[in-house]
Amino acid sequence: MRSVVIDEAVVSRVLGTALQTGGDFAEVFVEDKRSSSGRLDDGKIEELGSGRDRGAGIRVVVGETTGFAHTADLSEPGLLAAAEAAAAAARGGGGGVRTVALAGQPVDSQPVLTRPEEVAKATKVELLQRANEVARSKGDAIKQVSASYGDSRRRILVANSDGLLASDDQTRTLFVVGVVASGDTGMQTGRRSIGHTMGFELFDRYQVEDLAQEAAEQALTKLQARPAPSGALPVVIGKGGGGVLFHEACGHGLEADHIQKKVSVFADRVGQLVASPLVTIVDDGTMGQEWGTFAIDDEGTPAQRNVLIEDGVLTDYMWDQLRARKEGRRLSGNGRRQSYKHLPMVRMTNTILTNGDTDPDDIVADTPDGVYVAHLGGGQVNTATGDFVFGMTEAYLIEGGRITEPLREGNLIGNGPKVLELIDAVGNDFEMGPPGTCGKDGQGVPVGDGVPTLRVSSLTVGGTAA
Amino acid sequence: MSEELLSIGDRIIAMARPGEEVEVVVGRSSSTEVRVYEGEVEQLASATSAGIGVRVISDHRQGFAYAGSLDEDVLAETLADARDNATFATPDEWLGLAEPDGVAVPELDLYRESLLKASTESKIDLAVELERVLKAQDPRITGVDSADYTDGVSEGAVVSTAGVRASSSETSCYVSVSCVAQDGDDTQTGFGFSVGRTPEDLDISVAAGAASRRATRLLGATQPESGRVTVVLDPYVTAQLLGIIGSTLSGEAVLKGRSLFADRLGEEVAAAGFTLVDDATNPLAYTSSETDGEGLASRRNVLIDGGRLNQFVHNAYTARRAGTVSTANAVRGFSSTPSVGCRALSLVPGTALQPELLAAVGDGVLISSVSGLHSGVNPVSGDFSTGAEGLRITGGELGQPLREFTIASSLQRMLAEVAAVGADVEWLPMRAAGVSLVVHGITVSGK
Repeated sequence: MRSVVIDEAVVSRVLGTALQTGGDFAEVFVEDKRSSSGRLDDGKIEELGSGRDRGAGIRVVVGETTGFAHTADLSEPGLLAAAEAAAAAARGGGGGVRTVALAGQPVDSQPVLTRPEEVAKATKVELLQRANEVARSKGDAIKQVSASYGDSRRRILVANSDGLLASDDQTRTLFVVGVVASGDTGMQTGRRSIGHTMGFELFDRYQVEDLAQEAAEQALTKLQARPAPSGALPVVIGKGGGGVLFHEACGHGLEADHIQKKVSVFADRVGQLVASPLVTIVDDGTMGQEWGTFAIDDEGTPAQRNVLIEDGVLTDYMWDQLRARKEGRRLSGNGRRQSYKHLPMVRMTNTILTNGDTDPDDIVADTPDGVYVAHLGGGQVNTATGDFVFGMTEAYLIEGGRITEPLREGNLIGNGPKVLELIDAVGNDFEMGPPGTCGKDGQGVPVGDGVPTLRVSSLTVGGTAA
Repeated sequence: MSEELLSIGDRIIAMARPGEEVEVVVGRSSSTEVRVYEGEVEQLASATSAGIGVRVISDHRQGFAYAGSLDEDVLAETLADARDNATFATPDEWLGLAEPDGVAVPELDLYRESLLKASTESKIDLAVELERVLKAQDPRITGVDSADYTDGVSEGAVVSTAGVRASSSETSCYVSVSCVAQDGDDTQTGFGFSVGRTPEDLDISVAAGAASRRATRLLGATQPESGRVTVVLDPYVTAQLLGIIGSTLSGEAVLKGRSLFADRLGEEVAAAGFTLVDDATNPLAYTSSETDGEGLASRRNVLIDGGRLNQFVHNAYTARRAGTVSTANAVRGFSSTPSVGCRALSLVPGTALQPELLAAVGDGVLISSVSGLHSGVNPVSGDFSTGAEGLRITGGELGQPLREFTIASSLQRMLAEVAAVGADVEWLPMRAAGVSLVVHGITVSGK
């Protein structure tokens, strides 16, 4: 309760009001988020910003109907008004006053060594300037550099009519460098980002100079890039940044909301072989201080490590409160929301492909011709058909088992279940990728992903070269 | 109601110190979102939110802070935060607030009392009816995964020490629906919308018809062979493309060396039939608005005129730095400083409807949807590659449905290869309107 200043007795009364029209389940979610950011662009510190968002979202479930209301007014009258609005939205048959006895849950929030709000703004500004200087020092072809810093501290409290009361204190820190380089063939871009669920100690672990140098090198390399090939080819995906492949190829399709509405190609397939036996996929909200890590999800459930696919066999889906209640099964810690203004739904946390036992160099050497993707951009999937795309932001041609020329950007397209079967090599060099934001139904949440080097024997590469 | 927001702005700018420029953006909105599933309300959310953003410029330095609250204590704190943030910024001689420019604010009638009077029950009924009508369209529609009704009432005010004092209020609503069609083992999906200012504007049959058509016509889709083709983009796909082209014409991208059109003003950048307009004064546009994010009157800007690059879009800062005037293209919410962006894009339509365009094309591919625009299109380099679904055009008629392929080109080349713009302008819940577009020389990657 220390995390968000709101009285337990008030929360209990609010839940009682939320249930007054006969709800089956009621929940109060309180959030107090403070953020600060800095942006350097075009050589100037353009802006330091700070923000505060504070409020509560209240939902009431009656049968299959969810009523939801949110308010920025955290006074008892404000909360009660929102509870009444949510209850009115989900009218049930019964009624009468119910009281909810709350039992506080112990929660160990992710540790923070240096609170970002206690770090001088000048120190944050200096990080941006250092990144700018290093990126610009990489040559005259570097035409533009942007760098941005952001931190947020999000304190949440969740209480529900099952008596749950839990809170978490989540601090995330992020740094991004973007570079534009110009050459004979036009402009190219490079980008690097780091982000963790931790405080300002992020910059003890990573040097912004390294990030700036890598972003600059990426842009410069791409100036020499030739058009990507067009058509089906073997594709090797490098360690780290390739996790978005699984996020799109199967992650979304394993979210229980899609499963229950039968808009997933993975519905009714638990226990079946859905991937190459080399594939074990885990969604893990407990990984130490990763971008998609937290102590409790936005429904108060402790984060968990959930094995989704084991040695190619589909073992389970991901669940939130609503979908788990419907099927009378345990919660998996995947109920998340962007803010108190949003209803929670089934979301991924950190989605990873676990290590195989092949030497990554052998995977490339065993690929006579194909494409090597060092860094992926975002992606998108249609869960009902399984068709998905993901972008390659840094890719190379593989010729005769060797990585050769850089390629221009483009999307790769595949079908989730088909691609999972076509994974024919998994390396032993697992690494987490850069921080991501997963968008679903208009809500963005921080997610992580990671993979070792792997190969898909055939994927359609969307370039323009013959 | 706007008076209340203006007065909040007035109170904050009254606290400005000598030599300090202060701008306050106040926003308040309420919304209703209904989702229906299998005839029942699955979700019903109603919400009100409000907040302020404060920008302070002093000694040519800018600072910003926002708060998602209009509480009195928060207002002063936000100003103090913005003031403190300004001290760390790099001085920039071009910084400054927007100055009133004498352009009359258009009266667009974007606020309809009738939306406020509509009952929740009537909104639920619309979504229920939408689901029912869609299911009745075709026996192969096996599921409607969401049938939604969404509306919003928003009010905003911008008040500044530079003399801006503008307010606006708008209502908007739309229905959207997505469905699954099945035939044997084959599954395809479709979606549709209808947008308006008030529920009476909405046309359920348009949304249901589009979703049904999109899903069922793709049943039996196969992966095409790779090759170079002429494509016809469906209106919704064109709208997405226009959004990306619009981003390359931002004055900010131009000044910071991130626009591939930076040094091409006055040149031919597109085919002669391509006239791109950004016009937030068009009340048909979902994103129309009387003023921009800095409180200047909205106006009609012709960005590409008959293929010739006519102008970029600017806010007060980029205009001053570029030696021109703001085009009223400051884009923001209360939680950010004004950036530069197109507000309501559309192409000047041609005369042919889609069937005539298909007949003229003869052989090619109709692109009914694209995916991965954020991952496969780079607005700086112009590289363009997206996932796609569609139908083969054979002998001027739609034929075999196609899926799991990409289309690729570059933005520069696509603009130059536009062969025709359709007459079928479609207003969508986004910043650009759709219209059928014929483009030559696109690489399809498939088998």
